[in-house]
Amino acid sequence: MIWSKYSAPQTFYPLAGRLIPWFAAVAIILMVVGLYMGFFVAPTDFQQGESYRIIFVHVPAAWMSMFLYVVMAIWAGVGMGLNARLSFMMAQAIAPTGAMFTFLALLTGAMWGKPTWGAWWVWDARLTSELILLFQYAGVMLLRTSIDDLRRADRSSAVFALVGVVNVPIIYYSVQWWNTLHQGASVSMATGSKMAATMLMAMLIMTIAFWMYSIAVILARVRCVMIERESLPTWDDKPAVIHEAVEAR
Amino acid sequence: MSHSSMWDSISGIIRRDLLLAMRRWSDAAMSVFFLVIVVSLFPLGVGPEPAVLRTIAPGVLWVAALLTCLLSLSRVFTPDYLDGVLEQMVLVPQPLSLLVLGKVLAHWVISGLPVVLLSPLLGLQFGLDGEALGVLVLSLLLGTPTLSMIGAIGAALVLGVRGSGLLVALLVLPLYVPVLIFGAGAVTSSMAGIGGEANLSLLGACLVLSLFLAPWATAAALRIALE
Repeated sequence: MIWSKYSAPQTFYPLAGRLIPWFAAVAIILMVVGLYMGFFVAPTDFQQGESYRIIFVHVPAAWMSMFLYVVMAIWAGVGMGLNARLSFMMAQAIAPTGAMFTFLALLTGAMWGKPTWGAWWVWDARLTSELILLFQYAGVMLLRTSIDDLRRADRSSAVFALVGVVNVPIIYYSVQWWNTLHQGASVSMATGSKMAATMLMAMLIMTIAFWMYSIAVILARVRCVMIERESLPTWDDKPAVIHEAVEAR
Repeated sequence: MSHSSMWDSISGIIRRDLLLAMRRWSDAAMSVFFLVIVVSLFPLGVGPEPAVLRTIAPGVLWVAALLTCLLSLSRVFTPDYLDGVLEQMVLVPQPLSLLVLGKVLAHWVISGLPVVLLSPLLGLQFGLDGEALGVLVLSLLLGTPTLSMIGAIGAALVLGVRGSGLLVALLVLPLYVPVLIFGAGAVTSSMAGIGGEANLSLLGACLVLSLFLAPWATAAALRIALE
């Protein structure tokens, strides 16, 4: 199997179209299973009661938000290095999903924080670095939309995404150190290894579900990006129609 | 390329930019006045309680320094971009990242150094004492060059883009967060009696990292903008 064959939008477009239903189906099934396990099977937490159950959305969303930023930066870097159009398109398609997960993590975090800590928002290390991650996603997307020239938009937002990926670990640790300097007792998740097996299982299933969801949505979005950029009818059309459109350009 | 000619190309750029800034000194004066005004707004807004002012002083002074740097970023590349000099800089045999380094250092001398020099006075207004003032100056001395280095990346990315003034703020401010935390943290911890050395070391590390990476990223961004 020659992978480079699929680096051309023309061949990747139908491939993505064939893959989307599979990833979407797996995502839906796993999400139903994971949420059922999380909401009904997993035991009630003896300290936090029922309110802890938001972690089955919150933690996977937070993981995905960071993971997708790195993936976006890798695509941006590949695009810069190999000058591949598809890589830039992938980076463009990933950004909104990553930003959505970042927002979801912040939102569910606030919903969890209110009953547990008694506040919607605290300037804790994790919260602050997640908020800044959201700003960086916004920066990548806004920089792209502000530049009309497509090639420059691609490459400029790629440079910013790569600079941002250097910043992510620095922010994470700086915020952590800054907080420990100020307040001795920072909020820690009293779970980790002590977590019950069903809880951990439900969380892992939700993570994989979010992962599959991301792939499905990103592939769908990258198809839209391709149609937008190439201003072709769609590659699902018959070869003759595409040929005609290419000739007309 | 020999060591001396490398230094020649950097110092040539610095001399040129400083000369241009001196001929139009009102630009540099504006950022100094901006800093003083922003800092003076806080006691008016928060109230003149000395204990409160002393607590917020490190953060206020550092945020004001950050905004001052941000507002002067458009002057790093835009004039040269508009009159075509920047295009020549890309074409000359000297590496673009070196010329960028020179321009950023000149930007720091024009907009960062005045902030450092003025900070003891502003710190006094907020009731900081001797040692905290020293740490404040030192933290700004280490931190403001980093702000200029990171800011140059943003300035290069938005060159000639519509709405670039706001856009550069959105791009650069998240990247400024670590410098803000370490800089204000150094002053706060010295006021708390822990000593600011740890944060100052981290500021130094940020400076070294940005000196190493930022000119390179800025040069890449400039090439993209001029393509």
